[in-house]
Amino acid sequence: MSWVLFILLAVVTLVGGVGVVATRNVVHAALSLLVSLLAVAGIYLILFAEFLALVQVLIYGGAIIIVLLFAIMLTRSSEYPRISDNRQWPIGLVAAVGLLAVLAASFWISQHQSAGPESPALGNLANSLFTRWAIPFEVASLVLLVALIGAIIIARTGEDEG
Amino acid sequence: MSLYDIYVISPPLAIAMVGILVILLDLVVQRKRALPAFALVGLIVPTLLLVAQFQDLGNTRDLLESPAAMGNGKASVLLGSLVVDRFALFFGFLVLAATALVILASVDYVERLERRQGEYYGLVLFSATGMVLLASASELVTIYISLELTTLPIVALAAFHTSSKSSEAGMKFLIIGAISSAVMLYGMALVFGFTQTTDLTGIASKVAETTGGLSFENLALLTGVVLIVAGFGFKISSAPFQMWVPDIYEGAPTPVVAFLSVASKAAAFAVLIRVFYTGFFGVGADWGVLMAILAAVSMTVGNLVAMSQSNIRRLFGYSAIAHAGYILVGVAAGVEGSSGGTAAFVSVGPNSVLFYLGAYTAANLTAFFAIVVIGSRTGSDQIDDYAGMVQRAPVLAIVLTLALIALVGVPPTSIFIAKLYVFTAAVKGGLAWLAIVGVINSVVSAYYYLRIIRVMFLQPPPSDERIPMSPSSWVAIAASGAAMVWMGVAPGFVLRAAEIAVATLAVQT
Repeated sequence: MSWVLFILLAVVTLVGGVGVVATRNVVHAALSLLVSLLAVAGIYLILFAEFLALVQVLIYGGAIIIVLLFAIMLTRSSEYPRISDNRQWPIGLVAAVGLLAVLAASFWISQHQSAGPESPALGNLANSLFTRWAIPFEVASLVLLVALIGAIIIARTGEDEG
Repeated sequence: MSLYDIYVISPPLAIAMVGILVILLDLVVQRKRALPAFALVGLIVPTLLLVAQFQDLGNTRDLLESPAAMGNGKASVLLGSLVVDRFALFFGFLVLAATALVILASVDYVERLERRQGEYYGLVLFSATGMVLLASASELVTIYISLELTTLPIVALAAFHTSSKSSEAGMKFLIIGAISSAVMLYGMALVFGFTQTTDLTGIASKVAETTGGLSFENLALLTGVVLIVAGFGFKISSAPFQMWVPDIYEGAPTPVVAFLSVASKAAAFAVLIRVFYTGFFGVGADWGVLMAILAAVSMTVGNLVAMSQSNIRRLFGYSAIAHAGYILVGVAAGVEGSSGGTAAFVSVGPNSVLFYLGAYTAANLTAFFAIVVIGSRTGSDQIDDYAGMVQRAPVLAIVLTLALIALVGVPPTSIFIAKLYVFTAAVKGGLAWLAIVGVINSVVSAYYYLRIIRVMFLQPPPSDERIPMSPSSWVAIAASGAAMVWMGVAPGFVLRAAEIAVATLAVQT
């Protein structure tokens, strides 16, 4: 049963991914990305990582795609149907297939212990986030502050010119 | 989280606090000169905290393993994500010194900006926070997030100008930085999948169990290591991951380039050494070869392309690539052994890297500070516009000449000693061919460094206008120049500090 679900979701993920690079319209590319990200959330559900799936839907499916669409629509709209017209796609294709081959081989050949599917208790997750992972967690907040300040600086720079 | 935990992380915490306070201070003070003054005075606090931590280390290797940290029978919550050893403190001092000097040299540049002066200093300090954290991070997640904290402020700083070149530099740095982070993160994910841990010592014990080095049987580990090397390759600006360097060196504000070229490079090398010597030493012979090849390519590409540059900032971009190559020679020289076999630790290798980074920081900052002053007056970065500089600004021309001679590596300068040390380490580590490549490259590099000196001294000046220097630039140039000369004349102190720092590095052979 889970195999059927997995293959179904994997196909949807891949179709979405191909859609991102193949379509010429940037808005369509963003919407294909949404399909791909939601299918990945489904794969997390099969693996019993329901919290991760929830976060994936909320953050990637919701926030990031919305921001992406806003960014596309706020920039010059007359250009965006043609903007992903990339002439270097054959080189990109070769590089991507090569990388895929290496990565697939490394998963295939290497022995690694795989843990069975289990759902981590949300309480444990919260606990470890604020004890064992306190430092990276706090640093991440500083990174967000920097991103905010940086965004303001770059946006204001444009205002000075105009 | 106990009070002792706060003490352990206090140096980066203090730098971040100073950064936030500078931004807030910008809102209330009218005299903007107060901002850099506050930042510089504020940096005394983390410096003193680093000194206190150095004193407290005593005989323990890591501050988190000291009796005080283990008090009450429970280990610190920070244990596992940070290491506070002398290696981390060495880079802490180096980063703080470079940050203070860059702030001092930025005063004139920032004063010409009408707004957002506080944000400029704030971003520099946030980046420094990331660098200090990076030097003591001992776990892959912390390393990744600290790298982001180091890079992201520099992206914003690179786009600080309103010119299109500056925006282009910021944009390129953002995209390349994101790609390199993604590559590194993928490598880390593969390593985690293989070892089931993100802690470097944990990784080391798993790696020690693998037999036959990085062979085809553990391809996941091999791919992970290669991807991590590629990610770090971007951060230290080594070839073949160097294409972003010249554009950003040309487009970003010059003081920012000075900061990027020394502090961020030093921090990236710190974490590179810690990851590979602590985490992956069991397969050291394999990545040692990889580093040696990167070093050779980097030196050669950097030096050959630098010869044809007419813009001094682009030239320094290629020079940075070449120097990343020389420093990588030292990283590669730290492991001795053939592929697949067990590797022996040659401490001279990392020692020489640390000394080189110190010497390079001083020399490169001196050169860049001179370029900042000259460029802000003449409004040009073309080498031809440096004609007759010795008549227009004798002191600056002489200081720049000293820095350039040091960058060539002519005795008795600091980088001469550094290069001697690095190449000796290479011979000791069984990489004599790499030492030969390095020496040939040093000779080649003399051509383009000396060309600038020739233009400054032998060509007639286009105008007689003198180039004035503000007091803050004076202090910055004098301090970095003095450090440069000091490391050349009396290198003992820094050499000894590098040895002490490397001695506490946990290498699991």
